[in-house]
Amino acid sequence: MLDPKYASSFLLVVVLIYLLFVQLKQPPSWTDAEIETIQSLGISQLGEPPSDPTNAVANDSRAAKLGHKLFFDERMSITGTIACANCHQPENQFRDSLTRGVAIGQTDRRTPSIIGGAYSPWQYWDGRKDSQWSQALAPLEHPMEHGGNRMFYVRYVTARYKDEYEAIFGPAPDLSDRERFPEHAAPVGRTDWNSTWQAMSTEDQNLVNQLFVNIGKTIAAYERLLVPGPGRFDEYVASIRFDEQQTIFDHNEVVGLRLFIGKANCTQCHNGPLLTNNEFHNTGVANFPGEIPDKGRVQGIRDVTDDPFNCVSQYSDARYSCAELRFARTGSELIGTVRTPSLRSLHPPFMHKGQHATLREVLDHYNDAPLAMIGHNEAKPLNLTQLEITQLERFLATLNAPLRTDSNWLKAP
Amino acid sequence: MVMSALAESDAFQVTYSSAINPIAINKMHEWILDIKTSDGTPVTDAEVVINGGMPAHNHGLPTSPKVTQNLGQGKYRVEGVRFHMSGYWEMRVTVKANGIEDTVVISLEL
Ligand code: HEC
Ligand code: HEC
Ligand SMILES: [Cu+2]
Repeated sequence: MLDPKYASSFLLVVVLIYLLFVQLKQPPSWTDAEIETIQSLGISQLGEPPSDPTNAVANDSRAAKLGHKLFFDERMSITGTIACANCHQPENQFRDSLTRGVAIGQTDRRTPSIIGGAYSPWQYWDGRKDSQWSQALAPLEHPMEHGGNRMFYVRYVTARYKDEYEAIFGPAPDLSDRERFPEHAAPVGRTDWNSTWQAMSTEDQNLVNQLFVNIGKTIAAYERLLVPGPGRFDEYVASIRFDEQQTIFDHNEVVGLRLFIGKANCTQCHNGPLLTNNEFHNTGVANFPGEIPDKGRVQGIRDVTDDPFNCVSQYSDARYSCAELRFARTGSELIGTVRTPSLRSLHPPFMHKGQHATLREVLDHYNDAPLAMIGHNEAKPLNLTQLEITQLERFLATLNAPLRTDSNWLKAP
Repeated sequence: MVMSALAESDAFQVTYSSAINPIAINKMHEWILDIKTSDGTPVTDAEVVINGGMPAHNHGLPTSPKVTQNLGQGKYRVEGVRFHMSGYWEMRVTVKANGIEDTVVISLEL
């Protein structure tokens, strides 16, 4: 037994050790302002996706069911081998693991996750589309993606999915007259398809466009259902809200979170429950050597303004509701900017061309904040230690979580 | 965050009121501006240009808000207001009326 003479000094040593190694490792508790910021990032703040009045069938479950089928249907391509899901893979956060997306050929940028996309006013890295339905039309006609033409798709869908289509949109027009409706036709893509399109009457062109748009609207109705669910971070948010014993995060994760919302400035752009402001920023991510820098949003805003399927077009179901497009900013500040990605579906590689293979590389990049090739890098050097970078990395890992979407939607129908 | 507040330059007083209160980031919304001369007379035929940004971050607004309607009695509807970061913002409202041009700076802490 311990001599009572030494017991008090032994106790003192124990207390000292506790203070030095255990107590000190517990960071001071959060301030009210920090708690407010942390709560603003929690998934419970997310709510339902904002309504899309430009898509009359956005919340129609029959449209979502048809869109689900089309999203996974490889016959929705000129080769009969490419579905949206080939690149937007459910098992990989609805994206792929490549630096740049590959289907019929290689595309110019990295495939983004489409989870939570319904919350964004803009689609694509450069925001060249202003709705999910309008976006869905582009890959179908892109020569490196599905490689087809609208005439081909509207004929296929109204035949193969006739009942489903008609239940949503009413009787599908008769497209059997090959004089009026050739086998292949589109105003974009191959020149022979262009000429057959030009030979069609304006009325027939509009009719085909409308059917094509309807296809996009069903795919969008499906995509709206893909919403992230709560993860360990959100459990932590709930626990500090109710001031419970904080056992959900370990020390490094807590410090990582503190860096994320504080010294590392991450919430300047990665804010709100999806950890994105969906705005366009230049963070000085260099291209692969020998490649010309990506102009980003400066080009995207031109494209979406001129897009025949944008919010103010005749194919929009609510042309009056286009505040984002009508009041979109332009100008040199947008040079080399891309849309902030959500951090709720992290999967390597990272950045708009997959330039960074690991989260560590991403964080080293933010720590250095190099000069941008074009435009200027909005992020400033951070001077974080290697330990702090590890702690940030540990925090980012707590954002991973399964979708809140019913699992039937997450596989081929 | 107050929903409505007054800011002044030498020539004009501008009171803004936001359609959402408190102003949340990442939400498109409208403002109503109430513009008066420094002696309190409503300015009914102003030309209004809106700029702004975060001085500490050296960037502008994420949208380009505009006056879309003159509501009469010195009131103007501004559409296309959205902020994309927390922190200190300035909205610069340039008013041109009666041959005078002056800029009123509205400060916001979001
Ligand atoms: C080559 C593989 C590939 C195929 C096939 C493909 N995509 Fe994509 N998708 C991409 C790439 C790459 C991007 C980013 C392109 C860019 O930003 O310039 C993208 C972007 C998107 C976006 C924008 C997401 C965001 O947050 O910006 C959506 C939505 C989307 N695709 C849906 C679809 C749908 C619907 C289909 C099927 C009709 C489809 N994609 C087919 C590769 C593919
Ligand atoms: C000025 C706005 C801004 C700030 C500040 C910022 N980011 Fe980003 N973040 C972006 C943008 C824009 C991209 C996409 C850049 C690209 O692809 O070129 C991005 C990409 C990322 C990615 C890659 C995601 C993916 O799917 O490819 C991660 C991870 C990330 N940021 C984490 C952070 C962390 C951690 C911080 C703080 C140290 C931070 N960001 C600060 C805007 C910002
Ligand atoms: Cu800022």
